[in-house]
Amino acid sequence: MLEKALTGSRNYWMWMGFLGGLVVLGLAFYMKQFAFGLGVTGLSRDVTWGFYIAQFTFLVGVAASAVMVVLPYYLHNHKEFGRITILGEFLAVAAVVMCMLFIFVDMGQPTRVLNVILYPTPHSLMFWDMVSLGGYLVLNALISHVTLNAERKGIKPPTWIKPIIILSIPWAISIHTVTAFLYSGLAARPFWMTAILAPRFLASAFSSGPALLILMTLLIRRFTRFDPGDEAIRRLALIVTYAMSINVFFILMELFTALYSGIPEHVDHFRFLFLGLPGSTVLVPWMWASAVLSVLALVLLINPATRNRQRTLVLACIAVFVSIWIDKGLGMVVAGFIPTPTAHVVAYVPTLPELMISLGVYAIGVLLITLFYKIALSVRGELPA
Amino acid sequence: MSNRRTFLKVAGFTVIGIAGRRLLSGVAEASVTATAPHRTGRRWAMVVDPRKCLKDQGCRKCIEACHSTHNVPAMPEPRHEVKWIWKEPFTKAFPDQEAEFIDETLTSQPVLVFCNHCDNPPCVKVCPTQATWRRDDGIVMMDWHRCIGCRYCVAGCPYGSRSFNWRDPRPFVPNVVESFPTRTKGVVEKCTFCEERLAEELPPACVAACPEKALTFGDLNDPGSEVRSLLRARFAVRRKPALGTHPAVYYLV
Repeated sequence: MLEKALTGSRNYWMWMGFLGGLVVLGLAFYMKQFAFGLGVTGLSRDVTWGFYIAQFTFLVGVAASAVMVVLPYYLHNHKEFGRITILGEFLAVAAVVMCMLFIFVDMGQPTRVLNVILYPTPHSLMFWDMVSLGGYLVLNALISHVTLNAERKGIKPPTWIKPIIILSIPWAISIHTVTAFLYSGLAARPFWMTAILAPRFLASAFSSGPALLILMTLLIRRFTRFDPGDEAIRRLALIVTYAMSINVFFILMELFTALYSGIPEHVDHFRFLFLGLPGSTVLVPWMWASAVLSVLALVLLINPATRNRQRTLVLACIAVFVSIWIDKGLGMVVAGFIPTPTAHVVAYVPTLPELMISLGVYAIGVLLITLFYKIALSVRGELPA
Repeated sequence: MSNRRTFLKVAGFTVIGIAGRRLLSGVAEASVTATAPHRTGRRWAMVVDPRKCLKDQGCRKCIEACHSTHNVPAMPEPRHEVKWIWKEPFTKAFPDQEAEFIDETLTSQPVLVFCNHCDNPPCVKVCPTQATWRRDDGIVMMDWHRCIGCRYCVAGCPYGSRSFNWRDPRPFVPNVVESFPTRTKGVVEKCTFCEERLAEELPPACVAACPEKALTFGDLNDPGSEVRSLLRARFAVRRKPALGTHPAVYYLV
């Protein structure tokens, strides 16, 4: 099937060339980081995780969200998802690859990263994160390959794949739960040490992931003969609506508990995010933008008229995606470190090399998605000749 | 075809088998590190007397002794700072202590802080490679050759005791002490209670360097030790006791 990715239109190759260029650029900056050390980033003794780990966290959510098309299709027999299930699974594969790359580029000693397997340590959540992410990658790669192959041959998928598909559903939940546990089990970081973190991660994942899937399917529909079907889009939009409502509800619960109890070490982190602390106010405009976008998204989604009109739905999906990207990809990780356990406020801003390496990782992800979708659409004969 | 399949099968099971054994031995090791305070053998601890320490505000003798003994670099950029022992204002070292209306000379004053060598070290719990572990005598150790530089331990430490090498530290070590290793970029380091000096029956370098005897080091499990007699006679506090980490560093009030 891979040969389908090797032939394509001029536009296809120009797009792939553009992405390839970004990957090379990112790699060049990574070589610099590899030689110098993580000091090329904006991280410091006190803010030791930043942009990379935040992108990892956000993308775990995107990966887990595939379950929002797999579950209705395979467990509830929602036939309208038949055309996009494979796209969800391919999105999961690309997102997990990006997650692993973001972890890798964050390692101080990347050549030793296999020590995690050589000295498996079950009392470390990072070990379990490796297990769950690796397993999820294998599951989705296998499922998408087998089902697409069956589709190509015009036969039904083999029966043995069904239990594996069912297994991938709780597994999707597990990857984001374990990722939340990475943070919420740390007594040192009151901002993260909240039982709602895992549910919140899942709610934000199940809104941002399907929102991205809507945007991508609509984009593909413009350029190819592929049609996800209006019913599939409508269902997905409903899923985004519920998940986003739950996500905002969880955020408000978090805010209430922290702010009403008034315990300084809980309040301070929210103050840093939304008001700024002397020493760093860099995230304040971002967090308010995230809040405003959340409200805008909810207004557009909950109202059936705007949810079912494509233009406003696109706007809502962009609002959901950007709002959650800011929340998880900028605020959530860094705020755990500011103020520090010794009550200092240390500013953190990602540097150019850090952003370029991240761009390179994202380019690899988009390249993989393009490749996978090209294969899937070619198999179905939905590409213009 | 069948040969290849057999080979893949055998290879697969071998890999799973090795990983499984590793995993089981990991569980076994984990249960050892999780045990509660030891009451047999030695349990090293430090008692800090801040009043004695405050006699000379400009004194940095313990810090200099520690950092020169252990090849701790003087990084050019503050954000890349590496430190094993340093002075932290009282309100920062004890953010959960109220101490309202107390003599201000005490609360505004710096206190010596370093790794607490906890009984329940969160850093050891989170480390994915067991590159940091707790010895039976309570010392929390670091393996600079196994550390992958993920900095999970830094996130897990409630005391900010750990430093990361954001770049190659060697050019910034003023006088390299050959008997102690230097570190490479990308690994975490911290105070080790001078385990290399203890092995030679010497007190930690900071203790030996203090002109005021503000630092007392000894065995908590020995009722006749100096640390035990200090803790018996005077009220002492530890940093963030509510977290249940049980630090082995005590501050006399």
